[in-house]
Amino acid sequence: MITPSRIQQPAQHELPLALQDSNLLRYSLIAVSVGFLLIMLLAPLLIVFGYAFKAGLGAYFAAITEPAAVSAIRLTLLTALICVPLNTIFGIAAAWAICKFEFRGKSLLISLIDLPFSVSPVIAGLVFVILFGAQGTFGPWLQANDIQVIYAVPGIILATLFVTFPFVARELIPLMQALGNADEEASLSLGANGWTTFYRVTLPNIKWGLLYGVILCNARAMGEFGAVSVVSGHIRMQTNTMPLHVEVLYNEYQFTAAFAVASLLALLAVVTLVMKVLIEGRLSTSAK
Amino acid sequence: MNTMVTAMREPGWRKPSVLPGFGLGMGITIFWMGLIILLPLAFLVWHSSNQSLDDFVQAALLDRRVLHAYWISLSSSVVAAVINTVLGTIVAWTLVRYRFPGHRLLDAMVDLPFALPTAVSGIALTSLLAGNGALGQWLEQAGIRVAFTQLGIIAALTLITMPFVVRSVQPAVENLQHELEEVAASMGASRITILRQIVLPTLLPSILTGMTLAFARALGEYGSVIFIAGNLPFRTEIAPLLIVIKLEQFDYMGATAIATTIMIVSLLLLLLINSMLAWQRRRGQGN
Repeated sequence: MITPSRIQQPAQHELPLALQDSNLLRYSLIAVSVGFLLIMLLAPLLIVFGYAFKAGLGAYFAAITEPAAVSAIRLTLLTALICVPLNTIFGIAAAWAICKFEFRGKSLLISLIDLPFSVSPVIAGLVFVILFGAQGTFGPWLQANDIQVIYAVPGIILATLFVTFPFVARELIPLMQALGNADEEASLSLGANGWTTFYRVTLPNIKWGLLYGVILCNARAMGEFGAVSVVSGHIRMQTNTMPLHVEVLYNEYQFTAAFAVASLLALLAVVTLVMKVLIEGRLSTSAK
Repeated sequence: MNTMVTAMREPGWRKPSVLPGFGLGMGITIFWMGLIILLPLAFLVWHSSNQSLDDFVQAALLDRRVLHAYWISLSSSVVAAVINTVLGTIVAWTLVRYRFPGHRLLDAMVDLPFALPTAVSGIALTSLLAGNGALGQWLEQAGIRVAFTQLGIIAALTLITMPFVVRSVQPAVENLQHELEEVAASMGASRITILRQIVLPTLLPSILTGMTLAFARALGEYGSVIFIAGNLPFRTEIAPLLIVIKLEQFDYMGATAIATTIMIVSLLLLLLINSMLAWQRRRGQGN
C-alpha cells in the first residue's frame, strides 16, 4: 500500500547513540534478513530465467511464439483489458463515495470491498461454477440458449473480475482520506462543476496512487491462477491463460517451454515492482 | 467526540456535504459489488444451506480425506505464519533501522510474491527444492526432503505470505517514538531489555495483524502449493485442492460444503483482524 506519509527514515548511523544496536546484533539480523529474502525472492526469480534460457535463445523464442502460447498470451491480454478498466471505474467511484462523504456503515463497506482478499481463489471460481456450470443453477437455461460461461472466456473474465475487485479501491481509499476535501470544496466554491472538479482537482492529486492500483490490478488479472483454473477447463488454444499454459506445459514435462512462458509473467512482476518504486518516489516528493 | 455530537444531531444516515457525486459513486459501488461479489457469495451460502444438514456434515466434517486435508492446510498455514512472523519482524526492523548495500533493492523486492503469479512461484520453488534442484540436492544430502512433502507446502506458503508481516510491521517501526528508547537507555536499561520490553510490545498489534493476514491467505492458497505438494491424499493434499477435485468429479455438493467451511473460518479471521485494528486505534487514542 502506498500512502503519502511514508517518508524515508533516518539511517542507523544518523540515529541517536542510545538507539543504535550493537554491531553483533546488527550484523546477525542483517544476515538473517538478507539470507531469508535471497532464498525466498531472488532464488526463484533466477531459476525462472535460468531454466527459460537453458536450451538457448532459439528454444526460448520458439516456446513463446508457438500457437498455443500465442493464444494464451492473447487470452490473458483480453482478460486484463476487460477486467482492469471495469474495476478501475469501480475503484474510483468507491473511493469517492467513501472518502468524500461521512455516512453510517462506512467501515462495513470498506470491509466488504476487502472481502475477495479473504476468499480463497478456488472458492471464487467455484461460486461461478455452481451458478453457471453444466449442473449449476442456471446451467440448463444457458445450455438451452446456447451460451457457454464455464469452460469458456466469460467464466474466466467473471473469476478474474472477482479476484481483482479490491485492488484500485484499496490503493485510492487511504490516499484520498489523507488528502481531505479542502481542494474540491475550494474548486466548487469558485464555480467549477462536479466533473470539472474531479478532472482538474481530484485526478491530478490521486494520479500516482491510481496508477499504482491499476498496475497491481493488472498484475493480478494477468497472473491469476486458482480462480481461473477452476472455471477454465484447460482447453488448449481456447481457455488457457498464460498461467494455465505454464501449468499444462509443466505437467507435460516441457520444462524449458513452461519456464519460457513463466519468464514473461516474471518480467511483468519485475516491471510492476519497478513501477512501484518509481511511483513511491513521486508520491514522497509530492507530499513534501 | 465532535463528530459524534454532530452525528447525533443530524437525522438520517449521512452528513450533508457540498460535494456532488455521492449518489453516483455509491450507486456504482453497490451495483458492482453486489453483482460481482455479494450476490455470488450469497448464492454459495444459499446453495449449501439447501443441502440437508446431514449431507453437509457428512461431506464437510466427517469424511476422513477431507478432515486430513483441513489438518494439512491448517497446520501448514500456522507454521508458515509463525515463520513469517519471526523472520518478517526481523526483516521489517532491519529494513527500517539499518543501512547496508542492496538495502533499497531488498526493500523493493519484498512485494515480489504479490506481483509474481502464484503458478510461477510454485514451479520455481519446486525446481529449487526438488531432489535435483539447486537447493534441494544439499538438503537431500542432509537427509531433508522438502519437495512433495508437507515441508514443501510450508515453504510455498511461507514464500507467498511473506510480504504481509513485513509490510504491516514496517510502518510501525518507522513510527516508533525514539524518545521512549532514549529515556529507557538513559535510565540504564540494556539494549536487549529495551528491545524486549519497549519495542516489541509497541510493535505487537502490527505483528499480530500481519500474522493473521498471512494465515488467512495461506489457508486458501492453491496455485503455488499444488506443484510442490505432490498432492497425495491423506499426506500432502490441501483443502482447496480437494474442492477442485470434487468439482472435476461434478460433486458440486461436496465442493460447496468444503468451501463453506473454509469461508466461515476465513470470515471469522477477518472479523478478528478488524476488531484487533479497532483495539489498536483505541489504544492509540488512549495514549
